[in-house]
Formats: sequence, C-alpha cells, structure tokens
Amino acid sequence: MWLLAGVIFWLAGWALNVWLAKQPKTRFTRLAVPVIFGVTLIAIWECVVQGFNINAVLLPPPSMIAARFATSTSILWEDFVQTVIKGALSGYVIGCGAAFLTAIVIDRFPFLQRGLLPVGNFVAALPIIGMAPILVMWFGFDWQSKAAVVVVMVFFPMLVNTVQGLQATDHMQRDLMRTYAASYPQTLVKLRLPAAMPFIFNGLKISTTLALIGAIVAEFFGSPIKGMGFRISTEVGRLALDMVWAEIVVAAIVGSAFYGGVALLEKSLTFWHPSQRG
Amino acid sequence: MGAVWYRIGPIITVVIAIFVLWYAGAVALNTPWAYDKAKRAGVELTTSQLIADTMSQKKPKLPPPHQVGAEIWKTTGAMVVRGKAFSKRSLIYHSWITLSSTLLGFVLGTGLGVALAVGIVYNRTMDMSIMPWVIASQTIPILAIAPMIIVVLNAIGISGLLPKAVISMYLSFFPVVVGMVKGLRSPDHMQLDQMKTWSATGNQEFWKLRLPSSMPYFFTSLKIAMAASLVGAIVGELPTGAVAGLGARLLGGSYYGQTIQIWSALLTAAALAAALVGLIGLMQNIVLKRMGMVR
Repeated sequence: MWLLAGVIFWLAGWALNVWLAKQPKTRFTRLAVPVIFGVTLIAIWECVVQGFNINAVLLPPPSMIAARFATSTSILWEDFVQTVIKGALSGYVIGCGAAFLTAIVIDRFPFLQRGLLPVGNFVAALPIIGMAPILVMWFGFDWQSKAAVVVVMVFFPMLVNTVQGLQATDHMQRDLMRTYAASYPQTLVKLRLPAAMPFIFNGLKISTTLALIGAIVAEFFGSPIKGMGFRISTEVGRLALDMVWAEIVVAAIVGSAFYGGVALLEKSLTFWHPSQRG
Repeated sequence: MGAVWYRIGPIITVVIAIFVLWYAGAVALNTPWAYDKAKRAGVELTTSQLIADTMSQKKPKLPPPHQVGAEIWKTTGAMVVRGKAFSKRSLIYHSWITLSSTLLGFVLGTGLGVALAVGIVYNRTMDMSIMPWVIASQTIPILAIAPMIIVVLNAIGISGLLPKAVISMYLSFFPVVVGMVKGLRSPDHMQLDQMKTWSATGNQEFWKLRLPSSMPYFFTSLKIAMAASLVGAIVGELPTGAVAGLGARLLGGSYYGQTIQIWSALLTAAALAAALVGLIGLMQNIVLKRMGMVR
C-alpha cells in the first residue's frame, strides 16, 4: 500500500518535472522544479520507511521527525542560541574581520604577500578541524572555544580571497587613480575595495558553512550540556534518531539561511558586477 | 639566485616567523604550570631554568616544535627501524587507516560527481531539479551528521572502512560536480558547431571535445575534493570510540590530555593532506602538458 503510493509519487513527480523542464524557463519553473524534486524525495522517504517497516532507530520517517521538531522547540532553540549565535556567529565575525584587516596589511607589503600567500594557500587545504581538541583544551568547554575554532577555520579562506580581490584591479585603473593624484587610502576605498567585493563575498560565503561545521564539530570534543553538536552526539548514543534528525533540520535551515543572507547582501552591494546582472 | 630568492625568500621568512612565534607561545603558555610546579617543590626558578622547563614538560599546554618532532619520529621512523612499522602504537598504522578510507571515499565521490555532472549537462530535467539541491546540500553542515551515519551503518552491520568512506564521498562529490559541470560546458559555440560540421555523433562530441576541455577544471576540483575527503575521514573516526586512525588519535589525546600526541597527529594529517594534494598537482602538470594545455 505504502510502497504503491511511493511509486506513484515518484512517477508523478518525475513526470511533472520533465513536463515543467520542457516549458520555457521562467522564474516560476526555475523555482518549482527543485521544490517538486525535494517534496517527491521526502514523500518517497516516508513511503519507503512505512512500506518496508524500517526501524525508526535506523531511519525515522519525516513525519516522526516533524512531530519531534514541533514538541521540542525549546530545546532546539537553546541549542541554536548556544551553538549558532554564541559560537559560530561570534567566531565568524571575529575571524572574517581579522582576515580582512590582515589582507589589507599584506597587500601594503609585497614581501609579506609573496611569503604569506603560499603559506595561506597551503594552510587552507589542511584539515584545520583537527585544531578543535587543542582549542577546546585552551579555551574551556563553553562557547569561547567554539568561537576560537571557527576563527581558525574561516581565517585562511577569507584571507586568500580578500588578497586576491585586492589584486583584481588592472594597471589602467590604478594609473588613472595616479593621474588623479589619489592617495593610498583614497585608491583603496574608492577603487580597490569595491573591485575586491566579489572576491570578499566569495570568501564570506565559503566561511558561512565552515563556521557552522566548526562550531558543531568542536562540541564533540567537550561542551556544556547544551548545543547542537552535544545534542547530536548524546542522542546518537541513546539511539533517539528522530531528535538527531530534528537537529539536522535546524542545522540545514540555519546553514541555508546564513548562506542566503550573505548572498542577498552580495546582490545588493555588487549589483554592478557582470555575474549579478542579466 | 636573485630570482629564486625573490620567490622562496619571503616564504622561508614566514615559516621561520611561525616557528619563532610557536616557541614564544610555548614559553608563554607553559610558564604558569612551571611556576606552579616550582612553588610546590619550594624552589625559585631563574629565567633560563624556567625556559628549559617550558621546553620539556610532559603534558604542556602548547608543546614546542622539537617535542612534537621527537614524538613523530618516535612513532614513525623509530618504529620502522625496530621493524614494527604497523604496530598499533605507530602513526604509520593510524595514517594508513585514515588514508585508506580517504582514498576510497575520494574515488567514490569523484565517480559520483562525474556521473552527476554528465547527467546534469545532458539532461535538462536533471539540471533543473538536481543542481539547486547539490548547491543547497553544501550549505548544510554535513560533517555534523557524521557520527549518525557511522552509528546507523554500524547498526545494520556495516562497520570499518565503508562508513567513513561514505562521509568522505559526501564531502568530495560536490566540488567535482560543480567543477565538471563548468568544464563540460566550457567548449564554446564555435567548437560545438565545428563538431557538427564534421557530423560527429553525441558520443564523439563527448569523448573528443567536451571531456578533454574539462580537464583543467577536473584537476582543480580534484584537489579540493581530496582535501575535503581527508577532513571527512578524520571526523568520521571521532565517534567510532577512538580505535584507530588519525581522528582517533586526536580524540584519544584530548581525553587524556596528551597534547604532544594531538599535535603529532595533527601535523601528520597536515603532511598527508599536503602530499595528496601535491600528488594531484603533479598529475595535473603532466597530463595537461601532454595534452598541450599548458606550456
């Protein structure tokens, strides 16, 4: 019965999407197609779990996760405040701010640029998340250590992107500023920072995901008795998978909202850039 | 000489600066414990004694580089000399555990990524329905659910290499999809029209034009995928109860306050990442040179 419904959902969703994709691309179809895909996936998930009688310990059905989400909003809110607002957000602001200022200093001195940039590129490829246990040891179990992990994680991607952005102006433009007798700060504020905006926002967008990952994973190494990472690791231990999935839903919503927010800000600030027009 | 110094000099300076800062940090962070110890023993410390003590504590807050270096040598080189390269106390053994799941996850992720990219480029429905979700999937902090994947797969009897590889796969498929979609779409209209005038079939168009021109994008995304895959493997080892692997060494070290062990595992992971990414870079140079894409 459930399985039949699942197959019907699958075929209906697929057919609808194929039909919609054949229509001319409008704003509506571009939004509707992925949404239908997602809804179909959730419906199939529900049907498969119910149909095969899969144990809720292994894979809880979406309806059960939604019910758990609705009944434990206060816990979820507490974890959200602890992990996202205190840990991730403060670390994100400090890390990105520090990287931005460092990038401007580096840009002033070509020697530092040639030295720090290869090292920064190298460090950006390393598994920085491994610093988490050390930082937890240094800064204690509360949100300060999570913020520190986030700072370390977002610093290098942000630094590399900003430095690249500051180099994005070409000779012609800089020469023009010289003929206007513009001072260094004037050139920086009026020409180079605006030109660097697309790169800076690229760094900011990469950092949003890293910040959340850093804050959550750092909690696996020790945390007070609240926080998303703490909740996930303890509820997995108790095999309360519906609660874990509820936390994941929160993480997904927060992650997408965070990313989307930065992307919106980018759209309003770099409206002049070719990638935003058209 | 001048040209080499121009490029290498600043890097060496920065690396030396990092070491100097590291030593300074070690002295600063380990001083309180040294004073504490001296007070309990009832002795006054001179400055030189203090510094000597901060350099050689058993469980320092920040171990100085030479202590970490000695620990790494003790758990790798010295083990090899004694012929116990794969004993459970050897970092080589732990690195191998991590490396194997990294590589398996990387291969699976790359395969999945390329397959999805081909589907997205050739099928409009897939492009419109999957691509937004591929991008959205990365705004979700997926590493957070790593412990759950491990536990769930464990519950249905799959343990060991595969669960960790699944996490690595999830992290590494994304850069490959995005890079390959860009790469497969990189031939311009002129080139596609040329293929048409030669009446090339779809197959020929794919193998002779689209695939070759996607190679630079392919290698760039492989590098990112490899780094992500290693992170996935390390984090995947955290909840398995600290048995084996670099992640387990990190967790074990943090439980027992063995900072030197944490740092040595961390540096080994860094060296592993650098070696793997460097290897891909080398392959990229050779392949692209033979294809005539770089001079």
